[in-house]
Amino acid sequence: MSQKIEAKPHIEEAAWDKGEAQEIIARHAALKGGLMEALHGLQQAFGFVPAESYDLLAAAFNLSKAEVYGVQSFYHDFRTAPAGHHVIQICQAESCQARGSRRLTAHALNHLDITLGETTPDGRFTLEAAYCLGNCAVSPNMTLDGKLYGRMTTDLFDGLLKKTEAL
Amino acid sequence: MTDLVTLYVPLESTALSLGADELVLALLEEAAARHQDVEIIRNGSWGMSWLEPLVEVVTGEGRMAYANVTVDDVKGLFDAGFLSGGIHDLSQGLTAEISYLKNQDRLTFARCGLIDALSLDDYQDNGGFQGLEAALKMPAQEIVDQVTASGLRGRGGAAFPTGIKWNTVLGTAGSQKYICCNADEGDSGTFADRILMESDPYCLIEGMIIAGLAVGATEGLIYLRSEYPLAQEILNEALINARAGGWLGQDIRGSGKAFDIEIRMGAGSYVCGEETAMLNSLEGKRGMVRAKPPLPAIEGLFGQPTVVNNVLSLASVPIIMARGAKFYQDFGMGRSRGTIAFQLAGNIARGGLVEKAFGISLRELLEGYGGGTFTKTPIKAVQVGGPLGAYLSQDDFDLPMDYEAFSAAGAVLGHGGIVVFDDSADMAEQAKFAFDFCALESCGKCTPCRIGSVRGSEVMAKIQAGKNVSDNLTLVHDLCDVMAAGSLCAMGGMTPIPVLSALKAWPKDFKAK
Repeated sequence: MSQKIEAKPHIEEAAWDKGEAQEIIARHAALKGGLMEALHGLQQAFGFVPAESYDLLAAAFNLSKAEVYGVQSFYHDFRTAPAGHHVIQICQAESCQARGSRRLTAHALNHLDITLGETTPDGRFTLEAAYCLGNCAVSPNMTLDGKLYGRMTTDLFDGLLKKTEAL
Repeated sequence: MTDLVTLYVPLESTALSLGADELVLALLEEAAARHQDVEIIRNGSWGMSWLEPLVEVVTGEGRMAYANVTVDDVKGLFDAGFLSGGIHDLSQGLTAEISYLKNQDRLTFARCGLIDALSLDDYQDNGGFQGLEAALKMPAQEIVDQVTASGLRGRGGAAFPTGIKWNTVLGTAGSQKYICCNADEGDSGTFADRILMESDPYCLIEGMIIAGLAVGATEGLIYLRSEYPLAQEILNEALINARAGGWLGQDIRGSGKAFDIEIRMGAGSYVCGEETAMLNSLEGKRGMVRAKPPLPAIEGLFGQPTVVNNVLSLASVPIIMARGAKFYQDFGMGRSRGTIAFQLAGNIARGGLVEKAFGISLRELLEGYGGGTFTKTPIKAVQVGGPLGAYLSQDDFDLPMDYEAFSAAGAVLGHGGIVVFDDSADMAEQAKFAFDFCALESCGKCTPCRIGSVRGSEVMAKIQAGKNVSDNLTLVHDLCDVMAAGSLCAMGGMTPIPVLSALKAWPKDFKAK
């Protein structure tokens, strides 16, 4: 089926701006061990850590480009590409497993017709695994665009998604 | 307008995840419509998570509690006269009389739920900074000796005596010593660090300042996991207030002593909860585990003598300094002194935080406090101490919650996180997950962990598919031996514990299906 899909930008994705990137990096360059903070800052500004920033980071922190990439790629949080417009994370760890997170995840994947870690073809939803959101007394847990939801059920998930899709 | 009525609605992640913010708006709207004058204080959480959102009304007799309040309940609550403590289906009576809370030994968590987390006045009115005031008058060695005498052991899981660690840092020369607070609470089934940071942040700050005075460190860092944005916000604000109040900075309350704290965010790596990986991450590097020795106490952050303590170890120090080592010592059993924050999680009817002296039985926690499973089905397995802890069966429920008793039973008390599974759990699946999680989160530095976890997952998949089950089970045992004996840190070294405990207690789950 050929269908024209209009790409939608990630909610926080911004176009590459070298000046802004340099400004962010400069804020953290004087900080001891500030590379992590700089990566967080870049991701916050651009929705991911653009590859264009590696050279700037390497220069600011007196590292090789490979070392910068080594740090960036070690951590699950740092993205190399923009995520979907809305990001859902469902906890996959033990406490949530004990309260049906495997079923909830299967339901969500089926609903969105993707696999874990993927983005829907229309760019609207990314569904990722999380390993503990620290809300284990009211498992299972998920986040939607950073907001935490406890005691999730498949019905609650459908309701939330419907509301979000209507946005 | 009527007399002003004060309500409490927690500003804490669990309450928020169940609609507390929306509830606050609905309460204010309904009050306005009825011309009732109300103020809502956003307290922390008492840790009775299964009752959240827990709304409290200040009455002449005390704070009356209403549990699991949703926006839809608001009109009914007003109709029932809850503003004067009226009875409603959601009534829990006086908060202080709820047996789950009343029977606890609240030392570290004494203020959680009670106060507005960010109010310095509330903090000081309820015993805050008394420990620090005492410490400011003591020589460093005396602070260390008090903490040593209290018997406090690392609450992050490793249970190393805190005072001994501090003594090493005190006795080691360094141009800039550090206090690093490990707030990378990544284990499933744990949330006590988060509740403390969100509900009583000054308690952690006070503990860190005392640690700084004790070892001669002037810089503190909190390594906070990125999954805790609310804790970050609350801690940030608390640090600003503490500086403004003269509790942090170059001259703490005119003592001439300096200490300050900054927050550094993790980025979703589980292994960074391991102390040396955390130090590397704080240095802006990959979170690779370091070989020990040298101990972080001697060569830690940026090669300097460094105290690395868990949130709750540090947050237990103020009350030790305020009430004395003996007061704290008098709680507990054997070599496990004081209290520990048990966390009831997973399939449990009354999930939440239970701070008790060591020595309570696992059964009392599961049945007495927890009320059995949420689904009313029988308990099959209980994982204590996080993803690297043993799966325990009904046969183990009379174990006392004590580091040594657990260790003798081949289990791990750890940080006191308890995850309950009912009889629908497939223990082969849980064993495979232990390997999968290790494969996902291994830092990759040592071979047993990096490759063993992947091989373990593959072999478990074969067992689950019924392929050469007996031979493959032998292989799992061999592999677990290698990982336990040859891994650099607990990640690979303890992954065999959940695997082998599941195999031992539920062999039927590992037979071909």
